[in-house]
Amino acid sequence: MTWFNILIEGILVGGFYALFACGLSLMFGVMKVINLAHGDMAVVAAYVAVFLAPKWHVPEVWSFLIVVPLFGLLGYVVQRTLLQKSIDRDPFTTLLVTFGLSVVIENLLLAIYSANGQSVNIGSLVSKSFQLSSSTYVSYVALTVLGAAVLVLGALQLFLSRTNTGRVIRAVSDDREAAQLCGANYKHLFGIAAAISFATVALAGISYGVMTQFAPSSGGANLLFAFEAVVIGGIGSLWGTLVGGIALGIAQQYGAHVNPAYQILFGNLLFLLVLAVRPQGLFGRKEAMA
Amino acid sequence: MSEILSVKPTALRVERSTFSPLFTLGGVIAVAAFFTLAPWILAASWVSILSNFFILVIMATMWNLLAGYAGMVSIGQQGFVGLGAYATLYLALKGMNPFVAIPFAALICGVIAIPITFLLLRLRGGYFSVATWVVADSAMLLILSVAYLGGGTGKYMPGLLSLSPTTLNHDVYLATWFGALVVLVGTYLLLRSRVGLLLSSMRDNEIAARSAGAKVTTTRRMIYVVAAIGCGVAGAVLAVSQPFVQPGNEFQLQFAAEMLFTSMIGGLGTIEGPILGSIIFFTLQQSLQNWGAWYLIIFGSLAVVVAIWQPRGLWGAIRDRFHVELLPVGYRVKEPRA
Amino acid sequence: MSNGATTHPLLRVRDVSVHHGQLLAVNSVSFDLNRGEVLAVIGANGAGKSTLLRTIAGLHHATSGEITYEGTSILSLPAHRRVTSGISLVPEGRRLFQSMTLEENLLVGAHKAAPGSFDVAAIYDLFPWMRDRRKSKVKQFSGGEQQAVAIGRALVANPKVLMLDEVSLGLAPIVIERIYEIIPQIVSSGIGVLLVEQDVSQGLRVATRALCLLEGRTTLEGTPDQLTPESIEIAYFGSHLVSDATKEPS
Repeated sequence: MTWFNILIEGILVGGFYALFACGLSLMFGVMKVINLAHGDMAVVAAYVAVFLAPKWHVPEVWSFLIVVPLFGLLGYVVQRTLLQKSIDRDPFTTLLVTFGLSVVIENLLLAIYSANGQSVNIGSLVSKSFQLSSSTYVSYVALTVLGAAVLVLGALQLFLSRTNTGRVIRAVSDDREAAQLCGANYKHLFGIAAAISFATVALAGISYGVMTQFAPSSGGANLLFAFEAVVIGGIGSLWGTLVGGIALGIAQQYGAHVNPAYQILFGNLLFLLVLAVRPQGLFGRKEAMA
Repeated sequence: MSEILSVKPTALRVERSTFSPLFTLGGVIAVAAFFTLAPWILAASWVSILSNFFILVIMATMWNLLAGYAGMVSIGQQGFVGLGAYATLYLALKGMNPFVAIPFAALICGVIAIPITFLLLRLRGGYFSVATWVVADSAMLLILSVAYLGGGTGKYMPGLLSLSPTTLNHDVYLATWFGALVVLVGTYLLLRSRVGLLLSSMRDNEIAARSAGAKVTTTRRMIYVVAAIGCGVAGAVLAVSQPFVQPGNEFQLQFAAEMLFTSMIGGLGTIEGPILGSIIFFTLQQSLQNWGAWYLIIFGSLAVVVAIWQPRGLWGAIRDRFHVELLPVGYRVKEPRA
Repeated sequence: MSNGATTHPLLRVRDVSVHHGQLLAVNSVSFDLNRGEVLAVIGANGAGKSTLLRTIAGLHHATSGEITYEGTSILSLPAHRRVTSGISLVPEGRRLFQSMTLEENLLVGAHKAAPGSFDVAAIYDLFPWMRDRRKSKVKQFSGGEQQAVAIGRALVANPKVLMLDEVSLGLAPIVIERIYEIIPQIVSSGIGVLLVEQDVSQGLRVATRALCLLEGRTTLEGTPDQLTPESIEIAYFGSHLVSDATKEPS
């Protein structure tokens, strides 16, 4: 029964990691950029949902309806300005700039909202759950987040494979210059990829705020989990990211079962193991590695 | 190359420095003497500020060695700061004088770094960066679970209670100052050695350097281990200066941010840059000390601006404009005036 | 060809110079390309041929000079806008989207296409073997097949200027022949073709006019029957390597 527990918990939290990670994976696949501020954007979204959305007369439950598109827009703008500027220089600069942004954002949140924990309030819904077996309960919120993750990944997959824009984004990711020779404005497409990335991470951030408390410093840990999910699953594979997230979730739940202090450590160890043994990840292509 | 030189053998001279070596050496000795005597010259509050300043100089110099010279953007050096602190605590708990333990703690960090390089150096760019972060995070989580070292709550550094506060303050200061001196002189000598040449050839063109026989991975490994030792020194002196040792304090991600911003603003790939950056950092921190996290927000924003618009940093800009080098590690070809 | 646009050549390159860092890769090159013409740019490795084509496509900046297309300057247009206005380059090394199928490659090529006679179906008519394999990933294709896809991907954008960079590189002679067979068909629709070849005989066989580059400069220009093997040799290798050519001013 414990194994069953670990599995169910791992899958539920893994879905959340995948939701968190798909935008990171998309940006890395298309722009070859690891956005080190990715986790902090999620936290910002959660703060907007808690502090700003009520001011605009949007209840916190429905805040994602405006926060997600807002972050899409923000992603496009940030990409076309700051990130494009740093990409124009070199990958080294992009790492420095996104890390700098991450620290600045975290400390801005700290200065404005203090280090107190916050959460997105959705009423009594948050504690509702159903019983799966004698010792396993599944919360509706966690299940909804898993469902949202599968939905987002599926929609993203469809977008990339079936639509013209999606196809051209993949072309830019394969060979930027050749895509330009087919008429692709890669900077605009980078902007669209960033918009999707920011929108999905905003949804992930609000979900996170519903499920647990968050603080300005939550971004860093979440970036690590997202990155670990992407690498375990394999860069360039969306469903791989879901499997990677679930694998990470199971490793963490198993660690917590061994010793509550080992939860995150076991996830890290799985990640390092994958890097050592199969650096392209479970579903990744070797050539996709930077 | 030899053809060009043989045409006018006296036309060009290859030099290291814009100033004469004696001038540089004299300057360094004067500065060293001042800082060694500082506890007897300056007020106590200044002395403890200087202690923290030197800890940052050590960390920034090490980060600059990694990223500015060897192209490895680590965001996990706080892991070695923490390990250095905890190695010192461990040795002190075993009965060693904490000040004596500092070099041993640093060496322990170097030894720990060796196996880690075999995992990390296979990775490039952002992969490397995030992996260093995961390693640092894992090191902290491991230390957290060791009850002997105080677990999550931390432990006092033993062996310091017999010292009076003034003596402790002086000793801590001297430890940080000598630590910084050793790290700076060591880095300087390392960069002037063959390794420095190897690094600049790798920076210009890694593939060419590799095919010309440069041992790129070995050089990177060595730099990574040296940076681990240096950050271990910073952690060790940090631990004796606090002297309450706690995982949350020693493994702070903020260290990574500080060393990165400091090197970038000061000037990546120069010896002087991290020192200049540290001065700016402390000026900002001291003048905004009643404003909470704002000094870091301003400093971080400044670093982002510098990275995009002035990637050679402040010292790089000064050097380009005025052609000065205080601590030269490269060579320059000089044409005599006609 | 009686419309007003014919007063301008399709593509006019005037005194174009391009630098790679300090190196002068293209040195003050000028030529015109007209509708229905095949201009072959020949020259040794490193003569600046590819750089010239990439500059016209917008992938390099010209240091000086002027490039006009149907009478208007295109120098300020980014690469992707030049494609939509009618200039397509088949880059050296084919550069297909390796993770995609044949059809997806063509669809990307067509996504900003100008109106014209080519669409994906027309490409399948031009290369009938493609229809059966349109769902296959291009990375499984042979070099010749990949080259055909690369040409198809450029054609579906309905260019008026088609530039081909070293299409024969690494291909068997029989395969090269089959690829060059389609050029007359392409040209007959009024397209101007600018092709770069290291293999001189190959380039001259399909060309209506040829231009020889040496160290970034034009050393020879003419129709294939005007060019003697000796003059090509001098233009290709430089006068200092050819004993009887001493009159070349420098």
